[in-house]
Amino acid sequence: MASAIASTLATRPVRAVSHRATRDPAWARWALTAVALLFLAFFLVLPLLVVFVQALDKGGAYFLATVREPDALASIRLTLLTVAIAVPANVTFGVSAAWAIAKFRFPGKSLLTTLIDLPFAVSPVISGLIYVLVFGAQGWLGPWLIDHNIRIIFAVPGIILATTFVTFPFVARELIPLMQAQGTDEEYSAVTLGASGWQTFWRVTLPNIRWGLLYGVILCNARAMGEFGAVSVVSGHIRGETNTMPLHVEILYNEYNIVGAFAVASLLALLALATLVLKSIVEWRQTGTP
Amino acid sequence: MTRTRNSRSILPGFGLSLGFTVAYLGLIVLIPLSAAFIRTAGMSWHDFVAAVSSPRVIAAYRLSFGASLAAGLVNVVFGLVVAWVLVRYSFPGKRIVDSLVDLPFALPTAVAGIALTSLYSPNGWVGRWLVPLGFRVAFTWSGVFVALTFIGLPFVVRTVQPVLLELEPEIEEASSTLGASRLQTVIRILLPELAPSLLTGFALAFARALGEYGSVVFISGNMPMRTEIVPLLIITKLEQYDYQGATAIAVVMLVSSFVLLLLINLLQKWSRRHQAI
Repeated sequence: MASAIASTLATRPVRAVSHRATRDPAWARWALTAVALLFLAFFLVLPLLVVFVQALDKGGAYFLATVREPDALASIRLTLLTVAIAVPANVTFGVSAAWAIAKFRFPGKSLLTTLIDLPFAVSPVISGLIYVLVFGAQGWLGPWLIDHNIRIIFAVPGIILATTFVTFPFVARELIPLMQAQGTDEEYSAVTLGASGWQTFWRVTLPNIRWGLLYGVILCNARAMGEFGAVSVVSGHIRGETNTMPLHVEILYNEYNIVGAFAVASLLALLALATLVLKSIVEWRQTGTP
Repeated sequence: MTRTRNSRSILPGFGLSLGFTVAYLGLIVLIPLSAAFIRTAGMSWHDFVAAVSSPRVIAAYRLSFGASLAAGLVNVVFGLVVAWVLVRYSFPGKRIVDSLVDLPFALPTAVAGIALTSLYSPNGWVGRWLVPLGFRVAFTWSGVFVALTFIGLPFVVRTVQPVLLELEPEIEEASSTLGASRLQTVIRILLPELAPSLLTGFALAFARALGEYGSVVFISGNMPMRTEIVPLLIITKLEQYDYQGATAIAVVMLVSSFVLLLLINLLQKWSRRHQAI
């Protein structure tokens, strides 16, 4: 069964056009290619390289020691915990929103889609600020939270909330166009054959959307692990407790432990490279190119 | 499962999915966002204007908007070249280069921030060549500009690539048979076709650059009135417990972002209609 992907996945195939009238002169091809590659090398490869070179500047032992410090390990744990909560929550939302939007008719669909996109338009710092305004000591729920001894801002729950906000649209944005393009025929058939709602979802819809879902999860995960601005506002920067990996990098850097900062940063950079690789794999599997 | 007269579909789960969607959206996104506006609504107009137009704030706006604009323009030019090369030419390793373009999306901003600072500081790999020539990049306006260029790099490439892929060679062939030189074809036929996607990519890069914090805050030096970007100013005010000031500035940025979002949606609609001809 062919599934038409209307999302970014559809734009992946890279082919060279070679009709005679559309060929640029050879000197132009060389020049443009050189400009493009130099630009990318300068702006992309160089920063990536400096992360790894600086991380190992004092040798492998120093690298391992930095990464194994209690504060560093705590930051890794907190990052993983945040991702473990934020990503599934946003996946549940994304699936639910895509199901409602793609399989049913109701007024206000485009308004809903625009609202779902809102977190993309909000600066990370402001994303953190709004949660401080709601849950902070001077916020709407501040006094109530203090009375009940619940800490959200400057504690882990605040970090998770801010990260959830920032990564909110990723899965939904992948699934909505995908499920809309796939239509409702297969689900209708399943229902007329007697399947319940859950059966229809698990056994008909989910296999169809699995690559789009995986793609959304990869993007959501990468953003959640690397989020800096929003978490910086709500975290309180308490060492060993409310620092995620990016915040820990900042602490080490500000203490002039440059090599240490790059050591932890290199872990995040490896994550970024893994993200790119996984993305490419999903794209190639999806569009069928080898 | 009961079938009502106005059944939207025979599929079950509408109430559950839409209900959960709206509730989650409201709790996580809408209510917190409204807090900024409601908080600002409680300020007097006079206080609001004072908070968003003090010299330090104006300097920050100038830096954020100016550097974002400049970075966006650079990304339009080079993004077009990169997209053109990726779509139309082949060379070894093209697939890897194509994937690498997404690096600014995938790389945590703090990592990008310290990497760029390290590169451009006076004894960095690039800085050590530029500083003797008189170009100080780190801890100046140029550093902000470089960081924002990095951040916005994929946007133009990724919006132009699909349009380039879908261009029919017949257009160029027709132009060529009518006597146009290759350059004329590119400038007078292809560029107008790409204009909507270039604009969209620019708007996306600009919007992202406006709110960017992590990649910029290390290389900028954060000197008030000189290299302080708006997001940093918001954080500084928060740390000083000036919630009103921070929220007022945030509301200005939110309104700009929403206007930009609207513009981008309109641009995308225009470019889709343009392509459908």
